[in-house]
Amino acid sequence: MGSVAHLDVLPVPRGGGSIGAKAKLSLVDALLAEPEARPCAVLALRWLARHTGIERAVCMAVDPESGRLAGLTGLGVPPAAVDAFSLDLADRTHPLVVSLSGGEPVAFHDSGQTVPRPFETPLGHSSFHAVPLGSSQQELGPGLLLLTGAGDGPVTDDVLWAAELLGTRLAALGYRRIQADERRHKRERSLLLAVIHAVTDPILLTDANGRILIANTGAETLLTAGEEKREGWRRAVALNNMLFSASLFTAESGPTRRELLLVDPSEGKELLFEVLSTPVAIRAGENGIVSVLRNVTDLRRATEEIEENYRRLRLAEAATRAERDRLDLILNSVLEPILVTDPAGNIVRMNPPAERMFTFPGRRNSEVERRVQANDAVFTSFVSNLYAGQSLRWRGELNLLDPRTGATIPVEAISGRVVSKHGEETAVVTILHDLTEAMEKALLYEQVKRHSEELREKVREATAELAEQNELLRRQAFQLEQASALKSQFLANVSHELRTPLNAIMGYTHLMLEGVSGEINAAQQDKLARVDANARHLLAVINDLLDITRIESGKMPVQVERIRLSELIDEVMTEVEPVIAGTRLAVTRSLSADLPEIATDRQKVKQIVLNLLSNALKFTPEGSVAIRLEHHGPAGEISIAVSDTGIGIAEENQKTIFEAFEQANSSYARRQGGTGLGLTICRRLASLLDGRIALASRLGEGSTFTLFLPANPRPA
Amino acid sequence: MTSDKKHPPLVLVVDDVDHGREIFAEYLEFRGFRVATAADGLEAIEKAHELMPDIILMDLSLPGIDGWEATRRLKQDPSTSAIPIIALTAHALASAHDRARDVGCNAVVTKPCLPKDLEQEVRRQLAAARPTEGQAQP
Repeated sequence: MGSVAHLDVLPVPRGGGSIGAKAKLSLVDALLAEPEARPCAVLALRWLARHTGIERAVCMAVDPESGRLAGLTGLGVPPAAVDAFSLDLADRTHPLVVSLSGGEPVAFHDSGQTVPRPFETPLGHSSFHAVPLGSSQQELGPGLLLLTGAGDGPVTDDVLWAAELLGTRLAALGYRRIQADERRHKRERSLLLAVIHAVTDPILLTDANGRILIANTGAETLLTAGEEKREGWRRAVALNNMLFSASLFTAESGPTRRELLLVDPSEGKELLFEVLSTPVAIRAGENGIVSVLRNVTDLRRATEEIEENYRRLRLAEAATRAERDRLDLILNSVLEPILVTDPAGNIVRMNPPAERMFTFPGRRNSEVERRVQANDAVFTSFVSNLYAGQSLRWRGELNLLDPRTGATIPVEAISGRVVSKHGEETAVVTILHDLTEAMEKALLYEQVKRHSEELREKVREATAELAEQNELLRRQAFQLEQASALKSQFLANVSHELRTPLNAIMGYTHLMLEGVSGEINAAQQDKLARVDANARHLLAVINDLLDITRIESGKMPVQVERIRLSELIDEVMTEVEPVIAGTRLAVTRSLSADLPEIATDRQKVKQIVLNLLSNALKFTPEGSVAIRLEHHGPAGEISIAVSDTGIGIAEENQKTIFEAFEQANSSYARRQGGTGLGLTICRRLASLLDGRIALASRLGEGSTFTLFLPANPRPA
Repeated sequence: MTSDKKHPPLVLVVDDVDHGREIFAEYLEFRGFRVATAADGLEAIEKAHELMPDIILMDLSLPGIDGWEATRRLKQDPSTSAIPIIALTAHALASAHDRARDVGCNAVVTKPCLPKDLEQEVRRQLAAARPTEGQAQP
């Protein structure tokens, strides 16, 4: 491994020798005993190192056949660098060729100055001496020695002596032999080196002292460093050398295997090596050690990673198991059947409700099994839809069978694909929802809706009918009102038209009775009196009819005032005085002391009492008539009772006596006059005044008509 | 006023019906009154202005100007407003009577009415109208 040296070329004068003859003799003996060229060179270099203070050295030999100068061996120099060195002797200007042909030692100093031409040596760019081998008389020596550590001054005679001796011996051994051996050796060596270098694991051969004899590229990277390397690199290499050397002492006896921690000089990282060391015999009596270093840094890291991964796997497994247990709990807690199918369509999980539908615990070939198989077929067909399509979800309605009863269960099935992060389909989850209840509800709802609609229709019809009836009633009310108004008008007109001729009848009768038209006889007078009486009766009927009409049509005005009943009774008595005078009846009246004033329609009360009293007088041939006024405090009523000892009214007639034109004893009544409307009018007037008329009677014993009126009638 | 002791009171009997006029006119004349007659409202107003009667017996339902309207006009006319007017009607409803009083009738008598009862009412009204002159005696 040469490096480009920038060296000054200086002629070196010969220095004096100091080595004893005995030492020199030992070299001569050794060289003579050695039949090979390279060991001779090795012996010579070692001798120089031992006796002259030479630190590093390279011995080069001339190959006359190829005309090249090639490295033979080195001391303190990587063997590969020695082997690689080769120089064309035809290059006459090469400083080393010049040195070789000059026959004199030349010193190359690293002075930093520009030299005629740079060149490479296995020694790198240190200062060194180039000493031609053989005698100085030879034109072209058998080789060249490059030496460091010989000092700045001239090389010693001892060195020159050794160089001459080696050159003579090499020349003696003959080039041809050297060449043949060397070529073979070189070939074998280069093959071996190529093999060693081809191995990526660092391989080293060290001598007993731990010095590196052979190192492949991997080992060199770790254990050697040129001076051009940076400080850190060199320190790392030094440390590695120390660590490696220390480890070697433990491996003297036999093959050992151990771990060694070194530093990667380029990156400063720690590297773990497994070192396999095997002692080998380098030469007779000298053992070396071959060490093969295997970088196990990555291996250990890998091991650690594997262990870590395994641990994580265990954790993940535990977590998965826990998750699975939790999922089981969740699935089992769902009341609706849930099924999980793998991508092949096989059911891989079910919760208990699903198991009831899709498994049969009982004996085979049973009815239950057949149903379960039917369910399975239906379900598988459904799920295959999902696998066939692209959609993530699938919904459908299936008809399953209850395995126990065989009843059809309509279900809604909802399936979803479970897709992993990597888009890989892992499962399909299906939930079945029992639709039986929903369908029953829907049916029920339909019924309710139908009934509701029927009801609504009926209500609508009823409402329409009601509206129609209302309209009809309204129209009828309007028509009634109109009819009532027309009736009132008609009756008013009738009354007017009846009164006018009645006025003429009564007027002329009166004129005649008064003798206005001359004297009339008694018979005529009697007959005219009858005309007059009938005319008066007709007038009374007309008046009563008019009253009833007015009461019925609500057109009878009620004029409320505060009245004293005692005064009213006086007035009535005065009016009937002439009638009483024409009878033999005893008429009495009694008024209770606490009789209050009452608020009522005076005229109407008078009309009622007058009517009742007239009736009593009319229908009582003999006996008495009594008027009795009483105050019934608790009931808030006053009563005016008219009692007679007259003909009385049969019980069966007492109810109809108040109806129009009803008289209990028609013939008798007619004889007594009266329109047959009196009691009807009385009862209606009483009710107009918020009062009533009661009757108590026994046929042949007499009657009592009592008018009850509120003592404190409602405010008008 | 045209009546005095030598001239008995003049009664104007208004009625569109012949017998209506005749019965009361004949009876009142028989009883010593002077009597004039009119068959409708217009004639009644004309006769009232022409004769200045002491009292008027006014039928209400009359052709043309009816009794209510004729009474209203006579009572609004200062020259005739003092003449007492007795409404003499076959209408029996209070509403017809109220309307008659509203237009100025001094009294309302419903037909059929006995001639002697009418005579009493006439004398009452004449007395009320001339309290200082005493009762006119036909």
